[in-house]
Amino acid sequence: MSAQIVTITSGKGGVGKTTAVASLGIALAARGQKVVCIDGDIGLRNLDVIMGLENRIVYDVVDIVEGRCRLRQAMIRDKRLPELFLIPAAQTRDKNALSPSDMMRLGDELRQICDWVLIDSPAGIERGFKNSIAAADRVLVLTNPEISAVRDADRVIGILEAEEKGTPSLILNRVNPEMVKRQEMLSPDDVLDLLAIDLIGVVPEDQSVIVAANRGQPIALENDSKAGQAFRNIAGRLMGEDIPFMDLESQEGLWKRISRLAGRN
Amino acid sequence: MNFFRRGNKAKSAQSAKERLQLVLTHDRTDMTSTELSALKDELIEVISRYIDIDPDAVMIDIAREGRAQRLIADIPLRSTARRRAR
Repeated sequence: MSAQIVTITSGKGGVGKTTAVASLGIALAARGQKVVCIDGDIGLRNLDVIMGLENRIVYDVVDIVEGRCRLRQAMIRDKRLPELFLIPAAQTRDKNALSPSDMMRLGDELRQICDWVLIDSPAGIERGFKNSIAAADRVLVLTNPEISAVRDADRVIGILEAEEKGTPSLILNRVNPEMVKRQEMLSPDDVLDLLAIDLIGVVPEDQSVIVAANRGQPIALENDSKAGQAFRNIAGRLMGEDIPFMDLESQEGLWKRISRLAGRN
Repeated sequence: MNFFRRGNKAKSAQSAKERLQLVLTHDRTDMTSTELSALKDELIEVISRYIDIDPDAVMIDIAREGRAQRLIADIPLRSTARRRAR
């Protein structure tokens, strides 16, 4: 096995990185892939609650790196999908407990035993972010169509380019089609024009994301959730499938334009 | 007055986009508008040593092409006839 290591980052906090990692992990594992999700936010652990695995934590990522446990012991198996695992963040440690070279070593070890490693990067452009991108083969930048989130996403894209991580792909999260239609929200076209990188997914705003998080049931498991469908589509695209962008024509008319823009009709 | 009223009614997505275009240009180049204007002044000074230009008509701007940035300078020369007349 030689896993692809994918890091999801955003610059700004609270735009939905953790939800995206949990959902992509679930969606890839549901397709029979072996997936390890790593919470990269040392001191502010959250991926465990979104995945509903908070009661099963014994060891964390810092325990692995500092040799207090074997890799396998810190990999928590998902309740629903036996090929999905979580490596939780350390909760009490200081942020310098991990270094980029620790992450490279961990990544190399994980590459041997699974198909995908998904890393949930902390917000910001500090140590935690640097750790999270160190081992990445591919980076996905996630943003909302909000002015501050887009600006921070641009900053992060610039840093990734400067660090020769290649040009990342964009996940545009929490798009409200009705507000876009009223021209009171930046459209996917606007954001793509500003950031000038490839689009890998557009996720509509969906109240069921919060409901799913409350239950510890990642949104990708909800068959009738639009956001869940959007994340399942992104998982398919990561696997190299040519999946058209969601047609929410029934709700709004702009989705066809997105598909056309991205050349995925 | 008319202009301002129209500005207020403009859709917010458009103003977000316009504001971001400016902010991102500065973020990406790490250059403030003060520095850009200093660059312009020095450029005018250097070029004026060799050619007669119209300092008021010089335009210096940063243009975006995808993720690349380009410094555009438009520097109109004063006509030779006028120079000779001087």
